[in-house]
Amino acid sequence: MSDLINVSYDTQIPNNVGLSSDKRVLKALEKWHPGYINWWNDLIPQKFQESLVYLRTAVSVDPKGWAKFDYVKMPDYRWGVLLAPQVEDRRIPCGEHYGEPAWQEVPGEYRSMLRRLIVIQGDTEPASVEQQRFLGLTAPSLYDLRNLFQVNVEEGRHLWAMVYLLHKYFGRDGREEADDLLRRSSGSDEAPRMLGAFNEETPDWLSFFMFTYFTDRDGKMQLESLAQSGFDPLSRTCRFMLTEEAHHMFVGETGVGRTIQKTCEAMIEAGIDDPYDIDKIRALGVIDLPTIQKKLNLHYTLSLDLFGQEVSTNAANAFNSGIKGRFMESRIKDDHKLNDATYDVWDFEDGKLVRKSVPALTAINMRLRDDYTKDAAGGVGRWNKIIEKTGVKFEMALPHESFHRQIGVFAGKTFAPDGTLLSQEEFDAKSGEWLPSKADGDFIQSLMTPVTEPGQYASWIAPPKVGIDNKPGDFEYVKLHMA
Amino acid sequence: MNKPLKQHVIDPEICIRCYTCEMACPVEAIEHDDNNVVVDASKCNFCMDCIPVCPTGSIDNWRVVADPYSLDDQYEWMELPEQEEIEANEDEAEEDPIAALLAQAHAGAGGKAKAPATASKPAINMYNLGKPAEATVTGNFRLTEAGSDSDVRHIILDLGGLPFPVLEGQSLGIIAPGKDADGKAHLPRLYSVSSPRDGERAGYHNISLTVKREEHGLCSNYICDLKVGDKVSLTGPFGATFLMPSDPEAHLLMICTGTGSAPFRAFTMHRQREFPSLNGSLTLVFGARRPAELPYFGPLKKVPDSFMSKLFAFSRETGEKKAYVQDRLRDEADRVLTLMKDPKGYIYICGLKAMEQGVDQALSDIARSAGLDWMAIRDEMREDGRYHVETY
Repeated sequence: MSDLINVSYDTQIPNNVGLSSDKRVLKALEKWHPGYINWWNDLIPQKFQESLVYLRTAVSVDPKGWAKFDYVKMPDYRWGVLLAPQVEDRRIPCGEHYGEPAWQEVPGEYRSMLRRLIVIQGDTEPASVEQQRFLGLTAPSLYDLRNLFQVNVEEGRHLWAMVYLLHKYFGRDGREEADDLLRRSSGSDEAPRMLGAFNEETPDWLSFFMFTYFTDRDGKMQLESLAQSGFDPLSRTCRFMLTEEAHHMFVGETGVGRTIQKTCEAMIEAGIDDPYDIDKIRALGVIDLPTIQKKLNLHYTLSLDLFGQEVSTNAANAFNSGIKGRFMESRIKDDHKLNDATYDVWDFEDGKLVRKSVPALTAINMRLRDDYTKDAAGGVGRWNKIIEKTGVKFEMALPHESFHRQIGVFAGKTFAPDGTLLSQEEFDAKSGEWLPSKADGDFIQSLMTPVTEPGQYASWIAPPKVGIDNKPGDFEYVKLHMA
Repeated sequence: MNKPLKQHVIDPEICIRCYTCEMACPVEAIEHDDNNVVVDASKCNFCMDCIPVCPTGSIDNWRVVADPYSLDDQYEWMELPEQEEIEANEDEAEEDPIAALLAQAHAGAGGKAKAPATASKPAINMYNLGKPAEATVTGNFRLTEAGSDSDVRHIILDLGGLPFPVLEGQSLGIIAPGKDADGKAHLPRLYSVSSPRDGERAGYHNISLTVKREEHGLCSNYICDLKVGDKVSLTGPFGATFLMPSDPEAHLLMICTGTGSAPFRAFTMHRQREFPSLNGSLTLVFGARRPAELPYFGPLKKVPDSFMSKLFAFSRETGEKKAYVQDRLRDEADRVLTLMKDPKGYIYICGLKAMEQGVDQALSDIARSAGLDWMAIRDEMREDGRYHVETY
């Protein structure tokens, strides 16, 4: 029986898409499966593969069943294919096909555009696991180690989600693309991952938290707009992925928040008022706030680049064809076609930054990036509340979106974090105050010593306020395998 | 004054504003502005759909209030308000007959039962009278010898693709078909599952029960007469405390009579599947009238003694002195004492109400012999989720 809400375990691949009666796709996925398992096993250090990790797994895609917690060895995690329930009579929410029934099959004319979007999304999922592969060795606590692995197994599942769509709807091309997702590898010279930001190693835990806060949030925005797709299987896939993505946002926001908390507590305890008294603060075994701000500057701006050009015909085409919507498309009150609407984007005229109205259709990327910035600013405000509560005088801020950019209208020019245009020399003279230096990285690295006692945390990070699954403070989130 | 009511609130200091709860809420009781995510007390119907989807735990907060906080109040919050002093009558058991039944079954523990800290989180109340799950009978085997007047059955149920995630120690309800004298559908009867979480057959997620035929018992006769292929209506799963710890270092002492062995069969099978190489961490004390009436006597003998020590007590075996489970406990006083003192020691009691007193007395005597106070130990163990009683 397959009622498309509950997860069926009647094949090797847990799913709610009736795989057991879809022999062609089942066979293709079973053929792809060993390659995936090899990829996972080669990636994650052996001792973690054999440890018992307190993970959540979905037993159904409705709210009651999708977060079951238990100890699992990661290679036994039930990666599967899970789609949110089909909405009856769903309509295409945007573009020239607005109001027509959502597609259940790939529309021929948009086939290659759809495939490309799915491949790009799919490529980021295994990439982040690759980037984070060595972090387990320096986890500041078992709690954090568990959170890392939860993020990793779910990114793995998101790869499955995209691979399913490729196998199910794109025939031979899809199979080849699916194989390539395992062939490319983050940071590889011969076959790197598709997007630049996904080829850098995540060197330390503060970078990991910043990455999950800022870069995974780009992923969340992309998923939000793909969840609005007129191609219903893609929409349903992304809607379920978003529930998982929320956990990744949580790891990032609370990770940075707990780092800030510990720094402020240590400063107060040592009687240090000046947040810029960096050597004294670092001597306490915590990361000074200005360095955290520098990490924020770096990760926020790298993530902004992921949104592409401000004005883009590709984005316009994807929207107009109903393949990709806007953030919360269904809640926006307009004609959802954008035939005559305009949107303000940044431009550069006579040596000055100006806001310029362009056809809204071409500004889809810019709009999504603005939604992203608003979403990202919320967490920064909550970090500031943490600082304020401890009594330390310091405020974190998002830099201006022109700062440190490689893609779009700001690329090739140098701006200060407040948006002032600078000469290259002026920028170089100050960049050490704005972006983390190698010495900053070395200092952070020096704090990265693993803590494996239940309930204990490394010097630089505060314990969480609430345990996962409401577990008590000294809960053993990972039972480490002792070889 | 209004009757105090329980209000669902969200902790703004822990919430990360992912709005997943808002998407999950089927009655649109949750909304947000630029500051907070809030719950409309006039709409929230406590369906709990928002609880598991929250990544932070901020969603799981409640205040008993005379007048509910308005949306505007909640939008202003920087932190949750303290619980005000209000006399709450929080007796949920009165409203829910299943919860009342379980509370009664657990009463022998002497206080509010708690689950072991490392127990997996159970799913409960997924199916109810209004929306039962349908299972197919795939097996019905007599466990007691044909000559015995005690008819205990091993029933195997298959849920097809339907999820019925049930942990060892949890129960499910079976609804006997037909109507009672008032023309209403029968209430479900509770039975402990005797299969582990991944299924009677590993990975198949089928469920087994251990059911004794009671004279004039409406439901037990219905179940014991089921044939392969018959359809059965189930409710549940139920029970959130009588669960096993996930910690492989935990030592379990399991004391049972008759069909009280059902949860312990599940415990044992789960341990065997998860940690087959463990030694000496399980002890089973099992009482029956005679070996022929002891459910699973055959399969039990095949479990290696190194994996689980088995102490049988027979009260009507011809030619032998009458023995009850409490006698076996006294024989093994040293082992029982070690377990009482071990922070990773767990005691489970399951069976007929009548066994409670004798077992409690034996545990009390054993403690006293070492100069310890059983009542104090019991309360501490219970608070710690290490002492569990389920008797009917």
